[in-house]
Parts: sequence; C-alpha cells; structure tokens
Amino acid sequence: MLTLLFDGVAYGMLLFVLAIGLSITLGLMNFINLAHGAFAMAGGYTLVLLMQKAGWPFLPSVFMAFAVSALLGLVLEVTLYRRMYHKTHLEQVLFSIGLTFMAVASVDYLVGSTQQLVQLPEFLKGRTELWDGALGMGHYRLAIIVVCALLAWGLQWLLVHTRFGAQLRASVDDRRVAAAMGINVNTIFMATFAVGSGLAGLGGALGAEVLGLDPVFPLKFMIYFLIVVAVGGTSSLTGPLLAALLLGIADVAGKYYVPKLGAFIVYTLMVLILMWRPQGLFTRGNA
Amino acid sequence: MSTTSISLGAGSRARWWEFAVWILLLLLPVLLPKHSLLVSEITIIALFAMSLDLVLGYSGIVSLGHAAFFGTGAYAAALFAKHINPDPLTGLLVATLVSAALGLVCSPGILRGSDLTRLMVTLGIALILQELANKMDHITGGADGLQGVLMGPVLGRFEFDLMGQTAAYYALAVTLLVFLLLRRWVHSPFGFSLKAIRDNRLRAQAIGIPLHARLMAVYTLAAAIAGLAGGMQAQTTGFASLDVFGFDRSADVLLMLVIGGTGWLWGGLMGAVLFKTLHSLVSALTPQYWTFWIGLFLVLLMLVGREKLLRPWTWGRRS
Amino acid sequence: MKTFLNLRALMLTLGMTALAAQAQESFKIGLILPMTGQQATTGKQIEAAARLFMAQNGDKVAGRKVELIIKDDGGIPDAAKRIAQELVVNDKVGVLGGFGLTPLALATAPIATQSKTPMVVMAAATSIITEASPFIVRTSFTLAQCSVAMGDWAPKNGIKRVVTLVSDYGPGIDAERFFKERMLLNSGQVIESLRVPLRNPDFAPFLQKVRDLKPDALFVFVPSGAGAAVMKQFLERGMDKAGIKLIGTGDLTDDDQLNDMGEGALGVVTSHHYSAVHPSAVNKKFVDAFKKANNGMRPNFMAVGGYDGMRVIYEALKNTKGGQGGGEALLAAMKGQIFESPRGQIFIDAQTRDIVQNIYLRRVEKKDGELYNVEFDVIKEVKDPGKTK
Repeated sequence: MLTLLFDGVAYGMLLFVLAIGLSITLGLMNFINLAHGAFAMAGGYTLVLLMQKAGWPFLPSVFMAFAVSALLGLVLEVTLYRRMYHKTHLEQVLFSIGLTFMAVASVDYLVGSTQQLVQLPEFLKGRTELWDGALGMGHYRLAIIVVCALLAWGLQWLLVHTRFGAQLRASVDDRRVAAAMGINVNTIFMATFAVGSGLAGLGGALGAEVLGLDPVFPLKFMIYFLIVVAVGGTSSLTGPLLAALLLGIADVAGKYYVPKLGAFIVYTLMVLILMWRPQGLFTRGNA
Repeated sequence: MSTTSISLGAGSRARWWEFAVWILLLLLPVLLPKHSLLVSEITIIALFAMSLDLVLGYSGIVSLGHAAFFGTGAYAAALFAKHINPDPLTGLLVATLVSAALGLVCSPGILRGSDLTRLMVTLGIALILQELANKMDHITGGADGLQGVLMGPVLGRFEFDLMGQTAAYYALAVTLLVFLLLRRWVHSPFGFSLKAIRDNRLRAQAIGIPLHARLMAVYTLAAAIAGLAGGMQAQTTGFASLDVFGFDRSADVLLMLVIGGTGWLWGGLMGAVLFKTLHSLVSALTPQYWTFWIGLFLVLLMLVGREKLLRPWTWGRRS
Repeated sequence: MKTFLNLRALMLTLGMTALAAQAQESFKIGLILPMTGQQATTGKQIEAAARLFMAQNGDKVAGRKVELIIKDDGGIPDAAKRIAQELVVNDKVGVLGGFGLTPLALATAPIATQSKTPMVVMAAATSIITEASPFIVRTSFTLAQCSVAMGDWAPKNGIKRVVTLVSDYGPGIDAERFFKERMLLNSGQVIESLRVPLRNPDFAPFLQKVRDLKPDALFVFVPSGAGAAVMKQFLERGMDKAGIKLIGTGDLTDDDQLNDMGEGALGVVTSHHYSAVHPSAVNKKFVDAFKKANNGMRPNFMAVGGYDGMRVIYEALKNTKGGQGGGEALLAAMKGQIFESPRGQIFIDAQTRDIVQNIYLRRVEKKDGELYNVEFDVIKEVKDPGKTK
C-alpha cells in the first residue's frame, strides 16, 4: 500500500514537471500547445543519444536534455509560435498537432521506432526496503521525487521572490496592462516558453526510464499532460502540482486494485471533475 | 418579404453547381468502378465531418472526441446486425438512435467551461468509450475487433459486393438525404440561432435565445449523424474495432473540416476528398513517414491561413 | 486434312501465345504490414526479410516476374481490410501476406475467402486465425505452441507456483490459457492471471501486484517490442532479488531489443521458435546477409516469418508453373511444403494449413559481447495444440 503511494507520488511528480510548462504557456499566452509532448520527447532522446552514441554520463546528459529542449522551444517560439498567438484556439490546436506529427515522424526516421532503453548509473539503481517490504522505494523513483520537489520549490521561489516572477505573474493576469506598465511582454513570453519546454525536456529525460521512450511518446502522454493542466488550472503552481499527484496516485492505485478497469478510472475521474468544476479543481472562481 | 427574411433566406437557395456536384457524386460508382471502395469511405467520412461542422462551424464548440459517437454508431450497427437483424437500414436507424441518446447524455458536459475544458471533456468521453469497448470484450471482441458481421442486402435486393459498388451507392444515397435535411435545418430559425450563439454568446442570450437548450439540441443532432456515419462504416466494411473511437479519427475529421472550411455544409465533403486524396498520394510515396508531410501541411495551413493558402495569387501580398 | 492440321497448328500457336502473354504479366505479392504505430518494428523486420529473400532469389519464378507491393495499415484492422480489398480488386495481387497482429489478419480473412486469394500470415500468432478462412496459410507461430512448451518445462525445473501476465488480446489470451492448462496437467499452479491492456501498457502496478503475491515465477507474454518495458520494471522492483524467476515466450526477449536490455536480462528462460543465434549453417547465412543489408540490425522471429513466407510463395509459384490454376492451385501447392528454415526444419500442415516447427527452450546469455537467446533444449515438430477442428 505504501509502496503504491510512493510509486504514485513519483509518477505524479514526474507528470508535474512535464506538464507545468504547458500550464504556464496556456495561462500566459492563452495558447493550447498540444506539441508540448514533443519537447519532452526531444529531451528524452537527447539523453538517450548522448549516453548511447557519445558515451556521456547520466547527469550531464540530463542537464543537456533540459538545455536542448529549452533552446528548441526558444527557436520555435520566435519563429513559429509567435505568429499563432492571435489565432483561434482551434487553429492553435491543429498547428500544434501538425508539429507533433512532424516530430514523431522525424524521430522515427532518424532514430527508429524501437523503445529506447536508458542505462542508469549504478548509484541510481537499486531499491531500499523498509518495514519488511511494506514500503519498497526504488532509488531512481526516490531521486525523481527529490529532484521534482526541488524544482517545484525553485519555481515557486522564482515566481514569488524575483522580479522576473512578478513580471510573469503580471503578464498572466493582464497582458495589456503589463505591457502598458513597460514590461517587455515579448521577452517574457520567449523566456517562459523556453523554460517551460526545457522543463518538459527534463521530464522526458527523467521519465525515459519510468515511462518508456519511443517516437509515439508525445501522442501517448499528451492526454495526461492535458488532464493535469485542465484539472489543475493555469493560474497557480500548486494547482497543477496537486492535480498531477492526484492523477499519479489514482492511476497507479486504480491499476493495482482494479486492473480490469485500469486507465478507465483516470478518464472518468477527469470528465466528472471537469463537469463539476469546469475551471479546474484548484482555481479560484472565474478563471 | 422584409429585407431580413430576404437576406437570411439568400443562402438557402440551392445554387446550380450544387446540383451538378451531387449528380457527379452519385454517378461516381459508375464512372470509377475500381475506386468504389474509396468512394464509399470518403463519403462516410464526409458525413462524419458534416456532423462535426454542426458542432464546430455552426456552434463554435471545439471537440476532439467526436469519434465517440462515430464509434458508438459503428458498434451499435455491428452488434445489431450480428445478433438481431442483418438488415442494413434498420441497423442504421438503431445506430442513429443510440448515438443520439449518448449525445443527449453527454451534452451537459460541453455547456460550461473554457475551450480547454470542452476539449478535455470531449476527448475524455471518447477515451472512456474506447476503454469500455476494450474491457467488454465478450461483447465487442475487445482489441481483436468484432468479427463475423454479415450484412443482409439493402432493401432486400442489393447485396454488398467485393467491388464495393453497393456500398458506394448506399453511402452516397444516405449522405445526400442527410445533407438535404441538414441544409433545411441550417437555413431555418434554429440554424440562425446557432450562428448567433457561435458569434456572440452573451448577446444571443440577451435577445432571449435559450442557450443551453440549443446547444444540447445541436450536440445531440451531431451525435446522431456521427452515429449514422459510424453505422454505415461498420456495415460497409463488415467490421468494427477499437480505433473507431480513436483520437486519430477525431483529429483527422477535425482537420478535414478545417481544410474544407467550417460553417458551410460543403466543408466536410470538400475536406474529406482533399484530405483522403492527399493521404493516398503521400502514403503511396512514403508508406512509413507520410505523417510528417501531413503534419507539415497542417502547420503551413495554420500559419498561412486557409483563405490565403487556397488562393495562390495572394501569396506575395501582405494581408 | 491439310486445313484441319493448319487449324490445329493455328490453335496451338494461339494457345501458346496466350500462355506466353500470361507468363509475361507479373505476379504481384501484396504485403500488408504495420509500418507505423506501436507495431512498426514488426513491419520493418518483415519488409527487410522479404526484400532480402527477393534479392537472394531473384524476382523471376517459373518465367514470371514477381512484384512486391508493400502497404502500411498502421495497425488498424479497418485499414488492413480496405487495403486488402484494394490490392485484390485494383492491383490484382496473386497472394496477400504480412499481418502484424491478430485483429489485422482476422479482418482480412473474409476478403481472402471471397476472392479466393491465398493469405500468408507472417507474424500474427493466435490459433484461430487459420480457421477464419480456408485460404490462410501461416509461417509465423502460435502462442499455444510456445506456451505449452513452457508449461511442460517449468514444473520440471522447480517452478510450481506461477502468476501469468499477458497483453489483453487474442495471442495473450491464448498464451495464458495454454500455459495454465499445461501447468495444471503437470501438477503446477497458476495462482493469478493478470491482463494488461494492449495499447499504452503501464506495467508498474501489475508487477507490484505480482511482487505481493510472491510466486515462484512470473510468466509473461507481451507483443514484440514491449518486452523491454516489462524487463525494466521487473528489475527495478527487485523481483529477481525477491526470488521470483522470469519466464515467458520469446516475445519477451525479442532479438530486436534484447541486446539493449542490459545485464539484468541474463538468465531469463523463454520458449520460442527462433533465436538469432540458432546454431545452423542456414541461419548463420541468413543472419549475416540480413545484418549486412540492414545496417547491422539483428533479424528477429518476425523477420524469419517473413523470410519463410516468401519462400512458401515462391515454391508454390514454381510448383504451379507460374500460378496456373489461380488461387486454389497456389493454395494447394502451399500445403504440405517442407524445408529447412533459418529456425530449423518446418512444414506446413496440409490439414490445418498451419506451421509445424520445433520449439526451443532458451536462456539469455552473453556471446561475443552481446546478449543472445541460447537454445538449450528442443521439443520437435510441435503442432498447434490450439486447433479445435
């Protein structure tokens, strides 16, 4: 039972890191970016390719995964996404789906469609058993929880205690007034999008071991990111965090206790929550 | 007649080319007998896209899960034919009614919330149905699909043949009928009120249009027609499998509608023809990586905008 | 008299020209494979094997040119059926082949029957497939064959209590059923049977459940390509250290992925019909040629199914002198074929049209620095036990 909770929390934290970029993008730029999963995939493949082909060790590769995805996000934001901000949600959805298709096919072409396997460094393999097996903690999952928790805390600090964070929050709340106050909204968008994509890449790299990595990764997991964002709302950091944890635990517990229903539980839960509170579970009143 | 009713009624007169196109379509199984299969497939998808147009083009609701109703219709028709009665037309009626019922039940979900919420709810419903169909495999055949659906002859006379001729005529005839019905509906006060809701909800409410009732009604109607299309699909292919609920299907039909243009019923048909032709051509060239080119096409289409893309003479100009 | 002779000569010439004309027309083989989607690796392996066979054996059989048409069905049964219909009606193929998953084969079966076109199943593995149409011939394998072999081996090697974990579709259910039956027959026990969804499987919660049940071994079947994920989770949960052995059908240690699984896979015992390191001259030649033509990619059991499938088609063409007598004659020429495949000796049962082959028990070991399934035992000429007729 405790092991399940532990697994669920690890899964949830991972989902949080993966989805937080999407949440900020949606909240800030009002842009539904379904290609977010592609950035995660980019990070995952960066990790795998650096480790397998260039022989890099694990930790630097993870860092590079963040950097590469962030750079990719930066470039795409300036060249393509910027032109789509004023368009309708439908057009944004289709645009990002198109990007995703391109990413999936490109990766399939360049790397092949087999599942990519990550060789973890020794200090991350292994497992600690507590209380006679009642709580089994894989070291890797433990590391994920720690890293993601630190990230969450770091992001919160960034938002609340730095100037950039204040400017970001202002732009989310009211873009026009923020621009009128002299905040360079374009730069904020660019930086935020880059960081959000970088985080996705980081999540993809960390998640390669736990979630698997193949070219259809963006399509497979997009629904989960979207659930986190829709249920968690876009106006805070804690909303998506709690939603991700809820999702992770519900998914793992559901598949354990009622394997016949499996993923069904997650979807039903989501639909019911959204029908009851369309603005998300953790958002104030009218978002 | 007042100016209002003249201008409102202007769109409802059938233009000459509409007749011409429909006559051509109905003659396709004769003109291109080798491609009858493709003809029936495109027609069915066009009908599906038309139903989505009701929801998207005429009411402004972005749905990523319309395949939920397509799939329900498909399984309903297949199961009906297998266990109760192999007559196609009765099966089609059953499929339509079942999907309509489902649409009615799900319609409260799309009333509130932002675009993202609606997207998620519609997507979620489709996924739930897919999972359900997967789990209830003693009824639906699960991941293996529903086998052994043998259809009886249409109207007691026309058997479904290997060449697909009967299927093509069947699909075309049904689609034409529905198209005519929809045309009447869309150019009626009901249809106009939908457009009003799409353009400005607040104002529509202000002048007394019953928002929720209208939206629920149109969603149910769209679900019914999607179910009709799904039922035809199951009947003409003799098969139903889990991917009738798939995200791919919902996304494809959304794409077709956008290519063809929302808000005028022809969008579904045009988009279906264009997309399927594009798909056939591209995947004949590269069977493995055609999704890349479709993706590229999508990105360009969205960046440039449909109006500009289809008018090459405007490419040089800045809008 | 002379006119009569002349008439006969004329008719003979006409007849021969007609024959010659028919021989000039190429014989088309339509392969329907999942080239995109979750089963894309299957499509790739079979395509590579088919092309290798044609490269090695030329594209002319019995005076007729052979053409290969490859179409992607994306793993969707609807698409497979429609593509089959188009291939038969528009392209006029003489034989259909491929079929990466059971639903794809089952959907296409009615087309084969209606059009009297032989259908060579090169990958799908549920027993009932060959019963779906009298025109179906299989060169892959059935889960029943492999599971039964494991159900015999396990109890004799100290494994009494097993939990089964299979993907929830035709082959998986077959594997579960036949393994369980054989275990029970040998006084073993299957304490729990878990089924994982075919799409987007997440093995972690299921494996956790297995851990809590503490069996002697976990028997796994997942389709080709998903084995790595299971292996990873198995090791991560420390199940090997908890004393639970991992056994299964060879799809788990698919040659395609095995080498990337890492040392944790060592010692896993599986039962299957093909290993890339099968010690025969025919196999060595096949593997070397395959690797050379495909950038060092190792062939797996899917490739061998495709390779042998092409052989069956070519032999049938030869025996019917270029396909005379249509689909029925070709089918008759396919039944009863017997030859040495890279996997060992095989033959196509004339009654059931299914493949009869050796099933090997293999253990994962390191050879020349790479991981391979090394065969240590064999059960010869296993007929598919899953046939109801």
